[in-house]
Amino acid sequence: MAEKLRLELVSPEKQLLSIDVDEIVAPGVEGEFGVLPGHTAFLTALRVGELVYKNNGKEDYVALERGFFEVVDNKVTVLAEGAELGREIDLEEAIRRKLEAEKALEHARHEDEIKFRKAEAQLRRELLRVSVAEKYKG
Amino acid sequence: MPGMRDIKRKIGSVKNTQKITKAMKMVSAAKMRKAQDAMNSAKPYALKLTELVNNIGSRVSQDVHPFLEVREDINNIGVLVISSDRGLCGAFNNNIIKSFLNFSKNISDKNLKVIAVGKKIDEFAKKRRFNVIASYTSFAGRIRYEDAVEIGEKLSHMFIDGEIDELHIIYNEFRSIVFQSPKTFKVLPVSIEKSDIESSDYLYEPSPDLLIKEILPRFLNFNIFSALLESTAGEHGARMAAMDNATRNAGEFIKKLTLTYNKARQAAITKEILDIVNGAEALK
Repeated sequence: MAEKLRLELVSPEKQLLSIDVDEIVAPGVEGEFGVLPGHTAFLTALRVGELVYKNNGKEDYVALERGFFEVVDNKVTVLAEGAELGREIDLEEAIRRKLEAEKALEHARHEDEIKFRKAEAQLRRELLRVSVAEKYKG
Repeated sequence: MPGMRDIKRKIGSVKNTQKITKAMKMVSAAKMRKAQDAMNSAKPYALKLTELVNNIGSRVSQDVHPFLEVREDINNIGVLVISSDRGLCGAFNNNIIKSFLNFSKNISDKNLKVIAVGKKIDEFAKKRRFNVIASYTSFAGRIRYEDAVEIGEKLSHMFIDGEIDELHIIYNEFRSIVFQSPKTFKVLPVSIEKSDIESSDYLYEPSPDLLIKEILPRFLNFNIFSALLESTAGEHGARMAAMDNATRNAGEFIKKLTLTYNKARQAAITKEILDIVNGAEALK
């Protein structure tokens, strides 16, 4: 395969990825989209979701917490508010955190709306972590 | 001449102090390395985000987001001042206090609202009766992005509600391990450096107007985050240098004291010999 995409994934806390890949699928605010080498210059915002990158037929997953996505000259930069590589998430811990988040949401249901929304967003993130981690369990 | 016993006690106490300063220096060195790593890992994000803001910012008009709008009547000025929680770090906090006072002098006709991060500046500003509207501790040196987001969201609400018309940050910039200098810069309204990158064929989704609304709050949060990181790294650097100095001074002091001690000891011996000789003479 001749052309590759350069994927740079950075969060405020660190640079997570800097690798060559064949294809990227990302969760845009206006829907999921895929990027292949030779894509036109493009900039978009991302929502909470799962970023997939394929290299030599192998897929890898990243749990992504919003951010921005830019493609210029086969160079993809993902600025994530928060991100975790799927292979680094511990499934059991993720499930435990998900259960906690569910409880917190149930609790927040009786309180004001802002708290409820925050709890909801938290749960969404935890669900995502679980689903990403599960992909690595086989 | 002080007695030998007193000098000996003094030497012991200085030695103890030296041990403490030496240990503090080691601890600060380790902490600084960690803080420096955190700072360096935030760099790629910083570069990219600034590039993005300038890129999109040059494509939208001023009125799409309040953060871009320069207000005509500026009455309330918010200033976020970052110091450390603890002392023993040389001129680190003093420098911040000095540039804070300078800053407040320059805008004395305006209403100054202080957001203090770190106990030192908080105590100082309250004692001097500045209007402190919020205070935070400096997060025990472990700065998480969420902490910056918390401050950022609060400030952005204040800015949008008109409680403050401008926001400045005063913090210690990390120039090198032993050199920090206070820096004051304006974060709100955001000033865009027009980029002349040819990007007419850039595809935006959603439109630049909507994107900038997403990006600007992040930009504020991140600016705060990186100032906090630099300040933390600087604090440990300053403390390391101060403790290094203290250790060296203690060493010199010990040398001097030992010299005095030996002199006193010799004088005592000489006196004793004289006594014995005189006694022997008298017996003859």
